[in-house]
Amino acid sequence: MTAPDLAALWLTFRLAFIVTVILLIIGAPIAWWLATTRSRLKPICEAIVALPLVLPPTVLGFYLLLAFNPQATLGAFWVEMTGETLAFSFAGLVIASVLYSLPFAVQPLQSAFEGVARPLMEAAAVLRASPVDAFFSIAAPLAARGFLTAGVLSFAHTLGEFGVVLMVGGNIPGETRVVSIAIYDHVETLQYGEAHVLSATLLFISFAVLLLVYAVNRRPAVHV
Amino acid sequence: MSDDALRIDARLAQDDFMLNVAAGLPLNGATAIVGPSGAGKTSLLRLIAGLSRPDHGRIIFKGETWCDTHAGAFVPAHKRHVGVVFQDGRLFPHLTVEKNLLYADKRSTNPDSRYAIDDVVGALDLHELLQRRPQTLSGGERQRVALARALLSRPELLLLDEPLSALDRARKTEILPYLVDLPKRFGAPMLYVSHNLDEVIRIADEVAVMAAGKIAAVGPLAATLNAHGALIGEDDAVIVEGRVEELSKSLHLARINIGAGVVALPAQEALSTGAKVRLRIHAKDVAISLSAPEGLSIRNALKAAITDIRPGADPAFLDVKLAIGGAPLIATITRAAAEDLSLREGQEVYALVKSASMQ
Repeated sequence: MTAPDLAALWLTFRLAFIVTVILLIIGAPIAWWLATTRSRLKPICEAIVALPLVLPPTVLGFYLLLAFNPQATLGAFWVEMTGETLAFSFAGLVIASVLYSLPFAVQPLQSAFEGVARPLMEAAAVLRASPVDAFFSIAAPLAARGFLTAGVLSFAHTLGEFGVVLMVGGNIPGETRVVSIAIYDHVETLQYGEAHVLSATLLFISFAVLLLVYAVNRRPAVHV
Repeated sequence: MSDDALRIDARLAQDDFMLNVAAGLPLNGATAIVGPSGAGKTSLLRLIAGLSRPDHGRIIFKGETWCDTHAGAFVPAHKRHVGVVFQDGRLFPHLTVEKNLLYADKRSTNPDSRYAIDDVVGALDLHELLQRRPQTLSGGERQRVALARALLSRPELLLLDEPLSALDRARKTEILPYLVDLPKRFGAPMLYVSHNLDEVIRIADEVAVMAAGKIAAVGPLAATLNAHGALIGEDDAVIVEGRVEELSKSLHLARINIGAGVVALPAQEALSTGAKVRLRIHAKDVAISLSAPEGLSIRNALKAAITDIRPGADPAFLDVKLAIGGAPLIATITRAAAEDLSLREGQEVYALVKSASMQ
């Protein structure tokens, strides 16, 4: 593997890791709210979270590109805070990926939380556990497999991102040039050998990751 | 009455009925909440525990307002210092029995903790179970752990929602003694929801009778149940309180003084002389004689006065209400027998008690 390809691979993993951590942190409260609320806003929020599943990545990418523009609110704010522009930067890639992979974190967490029976949360409450305490001591451990599934799916989905990255990140080596873009480049320039190496690597990793999820999910929720 | 420990005036519309209670509960020892299923017993318990909110109303516990919809006040469940034993135990499946108990112990904030975890583990015989997972416990073991866990949160009020209803007879017999003994020993008043009168008679000192979403009566166990038994389909039996006067080992007999007389009944193993017992006497086990009987196998004949005669559920029978001393008694006899004996109100007769269940 060539140095630029290794750099692309490293960048991709860094991106996927950061995005996964962020998604678990912001996805858990969203999923908990969706799992427990009786609000009429729930279907609207569920639809928004699920949008990236059906939206062409180019559409999401297009709107993000507009938002990242230094003249736009978000873009201007970012320039003021960091002195850099969001478009065609690693930070922009992280934001785009978080949005694009959001359903892959929220949905498994939501169904895991829905499986944590309300009766157990009530039992915790009458044992004087505050809602936050009960979340960490009862809901989170019982939803551990949901966290694993959410983490792995977010990671794997970010690894394979292409359209959104192309729209908001472009193809800057070491900054926004991820594996899928690198493969596209190799194919464009008829470097099939290099394309093979990267593709096979991604194929193997994706399969291994999914195998892990399904193997773990076969086990009973609680060991006896 | 304002000196009741728990005052509750609350309305809550449910899917299929309306809970509408206005009552004060003195909470002396163990109070049973009885009533047919669907009467709102569990809904009431959930309101008291803070697991649901009334549409309108107030709940005040020992001067502290737990809920006042008018003033917008609501103390959430985790701040009420209430222990709950649920019907299904609700042990945390990812924790061992010991960790389930520690979960409660650690979060108990009551500074005067009158007992330690070992006291409760010992009292409920849980030593052998501590390292087990809840899924491996029998129903009876699970409820023992649930009771221990509730006690270890050192509640100021213990709520039990039909804790025995999911258990078979043998398991019930295994746990009942703990329920009779422990709340008194660990010093928390107890509200016990049940539709099983045998349990209630055994455990409770006071009773609140519920029907159709309302609390119909509150008071001492025997008097209240005897007066309002019809509400819970229990108008064919009375509860009589007495004291064990004498135990005969050779005859397996206990002589029990019920105030107006003494009845002899088969003795249970656990009885001791001087113990207070409650007898549940069914109307079909009571016969009437005009004179003191002789040459009968029924040994218990008590002087009684007829207070009321009314048609029974079956047209061939009459329910005859009797007074023995201060205590009531009901006898179911045939119309034919009543005519032959020409029974009337106020008449002095002998009540023959064939059997009674002792609690």
